[in-house]
Amino acid sequence: MQGNTLILILATTSVVAFFMGRARSLKLVSGPQLRGKLHSLPGYYGYFTAIWCLLPALLVLSLWFSLESRVIIALLVKQLPAAQQALSAGELNLLLNNIQNLANGDAISGVADSMLSESAARYLAYTDASRRMLVIVTLAVAGLGGVLAWRRIHPALRARNKVEQIVLVLLVAASSIAILTTIGIVLSVLFEALRFFQKVPISEFLFGLNWSPQTAIRADQVGSSGNFGALPLFAGTLLITTIAMLVAVPVGLMTAIYLAEYSSRSVRATVKPLLEILAGIPTVVYGFFAALTVAPWVRRTGEALGLEVASESALAAGFVMGVMIIPLVSSLADDAINAVPSAMRDGALGLGSTRSETMRKVILPAALPGIVGGILLAVSRAIGETMIVVMAAGLAANLTANPFEAVTTVTVQIVTLLVGDQEFDSAKTLAAFALGLMLFTVTLCLNVLGLRVVRKYREQYE
Amino acid sequence: MSESTRKKVSAGLARRRRKERVFRMTGLLATTVGIVFLVVFFVDLIGKGSSAFRQTFVNLEVNFDAAIVAPDGSVDLQYADFDALARNALRGLFPEVSGRGPLRELNQLLSVGAGYQLRDMLVENPDLLGMTQSVWLPASSNVDMLQKGNIDASIDASLRTISDAQLAWIDALQRTGRLELHWNRAFFTNGDSREPELAGIRGALVGSFYMLLVTLVLALPIGVAAAIYLEEFAPRNRWSDLIEVNINNLAAVPSIVFGLLGLAVFINWAALPRSAPLVGGLVLSLLTLPVIIIASRAAIKAVPPSIRNAALGLGASRMQVVFHHVMPLSLPGMLTGAIIGMSRALGESAPLLMIGMVAFIVDVPAGLSDPATALPVQIYLWADSPERAFAERTSAAIMVLLGFLMLMNLVAVVLRKRMEQKW
Repeated sequence: MQGNTLILILATTSVVAFFMGRARSLKLVSGPQLRGKLHSLPGYYGYFTAIWCLLPALLVLSLWFSLESRVIIALLVKQLPAAQQALSAGELNLLLNNIQNLANGDAISGVADSMLSESAARYLAYTDASRRMLVIVTLAVAGLGGVLAWRRIHPALRARNKVEQIVLVLLVAASSIAILTTIGIVLSVLFEALRFFQKVPISEFLFGLNWSPQTAIRADQVGSSGNFGALPLFAGTLLITTIAMLVAVPVGLMTAIYLAEYSSRSVRATVKPLLEILAGIPTVVYGFFAALTVAPWVRRTGEALGLEVASESALAAGFVMGVMIIPLVSSLADDAINAVPSAMRDGALGLGSTRSETMRKVILPAALPGIVGGILLAVSRAIGETMIVVMAAGLAANLTANPFEAVTTVTVQIVTLLVGDQEFDSAKTLAAFALGLMLFTVTLCLNVLGLRVVRKYREQYE
Repeated sequence: MSESTRKKVSAGLARRRRKERVFRMTGLLATTVGIVFLVVFFVDLIGKGSSAFRQTFVNLEVNFDAAIVAPDGSVDLQYADFDALARNALRGLFPEVSGRGPLRELNQLLSVGAGYQLRDMLVENPDLLGMTQSVWLPASSNVDMLQKGNIDASIDASLRTISDAQLAWIDALQRTGRLELHWNRAFFTNGDSREPELAGIRGALVGSFYMLLVTLVLALPIGVAAAIYLEEFAPRNRWSDLIEVNINNLAAVPSIVFGLLGLAVFINWAALPRSAPLVGGLVLSLLTLPVIIIASRAAIKAVPPSIRNAALGLGASRMQVVFHHVMPLSLPGMLTGAIIGMSRALGESAPLLMIGMVAFIVDVPAGLSDPATALPVQIYLWADSPERAFAERTSAAIMVLLGFLMLMNLVAVVLRKRMEQKW
């Protein structure tokens, strides 16, 4: 039986349980006209029964699914001949893979000897038995839970309070998922990064000047030095982020000023949504535009001016990233400018200053913390941006400040190291997690700082 | 005001007004830059991509020769040489061509998909065996690019992908009306392919659909539940502050970090299948959860306290107040948040690269655990392909993606406008 069918059956059972619980509560006070004698509305007795029917069964189901394959494999290994049990973890994994493939009727590596086919048959039998047991156990738990709850129904049972308690627990669980996600991110990145730092010293990673993550398979291989000095990546990220900010901050800020101070209401009403479109375009689309339109254009223009421009120049990627961030900067700057009390603005205008003087000497200084906070958020966004740089920036780790050369960034290297098949415990793969840890830490600091500044400042004038 | 002050002020006035004008012009310029970029972007995109919706087809009189496809009486669907049917028909138009080299060049005019099309026709209608029928077959991508003006026929033959002989044949076909641009249906019905003229976005669309389905089913209820708890029940203490800070930060964590989480937790630890829409959906729901929670909280906040107080005053429990009154009233706002979150999830590609959804997958996924790609990832894959024809398809796929995003945002705007309640 498929998992989907089982879940469907469970759902139906719990609906039935709902009506049975409701009917029993009504019957206990013989007919709807005596409803007042029940502690709760009849529906709550129904919910009470349904929850006890469904929740424990779902719990069993999810536990079963998470443990099933491990238990089956442990059983399988125990049945293997002693010679196979003594294999190393990698070889054993290969063997188990072969057994599973044979059982599923897929192609296997090597010949299907009697040991393999026996194991495959055993594997199939175990899986089959597990599935059958799962159905029986889950339905039994559902039935048992439903019947027990049903028998507990009594006019004095505080069904509403019990149901509401369970719902509250579910609500708390839902809101803790946000925390769990953060913990999950930190743990998963941190653990793999620590494993990486066992192989490569953290000082070399942070301050090394040489990045070439191709690790040698054989000792005599050429060009596979396996150097993990990430400084060129940090420098490349910084270069592209700086270019992006040089585009986004002046343009975004001046747009916000113009829309807040000079433009008519109708212009504002058309331009703002248009800029939001810019914010809604997926980054992969920006990447395509950067790689196929902007980069060739930058190269041609550079050559016409007699400059040496790489075809994957930092300038093209940075420029497009800057355009992407314009709406973010302008909307955050807009918020900050609008939060300045109009008394300050009116006072400056009343004293005879021009509008630009009001803006530059009164409003902007007052709004500065908010704008800085917004810029911090924008920087964090630029550092973490992936698709544009993957498609338009280079792969070579150059340590340069020349925007016409190709540089690589932290996110590009994470993608390059992790896309494709490789063993999970090589230094190359683990390096991606160490880079991820750096990325997460830096963006987290920027975000916390930026959000705090923005919020604190907003409250100041309210 | 004394005379000297007045003099000082009026002396500076011209300079100050000039500064004012410059400042104003800079502002206008900055505003225009954003808009100009948007216009350039869309013009470039449509200019590159709109041609992909039409495709070159060749009209041939194909004889479904039983001797070729059914040498021993029944049609061998797996191994019969259906391409030969198309090749023979094409050779029939140019009987003067002979020799291995020229014949191969002639055959190169047709797409490798021609044989599949003929096979499908025969499967659908077995009576065709032995008959001759006029069929429009897809041309190869080189012919297609030439038709669309992307290959310059005037440059030296060694520099282009089409030979002089082929140019002559194409010309002859065109003069007899056997070469035409038709609506490119394959683009919407095929999965990915190495041949640009056969590559379509169906597989990616279906993959994206499954992923969004998982995301919606997980993120919407969890997000709404979390928002309800935080707004209506959470005591003001450290724990709820922590959750709050967390959610705001998660909304700003780079999406690629969520991909690392998915790789480490869902694939390595929970051993879920790689490249599966299920895992993609899980990662995307974690990604959209903060968006939905923040929007739902705003919607709940907008419900005036008088409604809660009235319900409480009539004896409803707090849970009843929330589920009978607050939630129905804030549902439009929550749904708007959900749609915006989903549109963000639809455009997301970086975390999907981490969990192996970048594989080359031809088949349209049929379930949540089948290998699949998503539309943005397909765009990324095609953008990397060197063939000129793929650039056109990439732009077209981007147009489809942007179309869906605009549709979703439009629905969100309409929903907000229609259901908006002024208290």
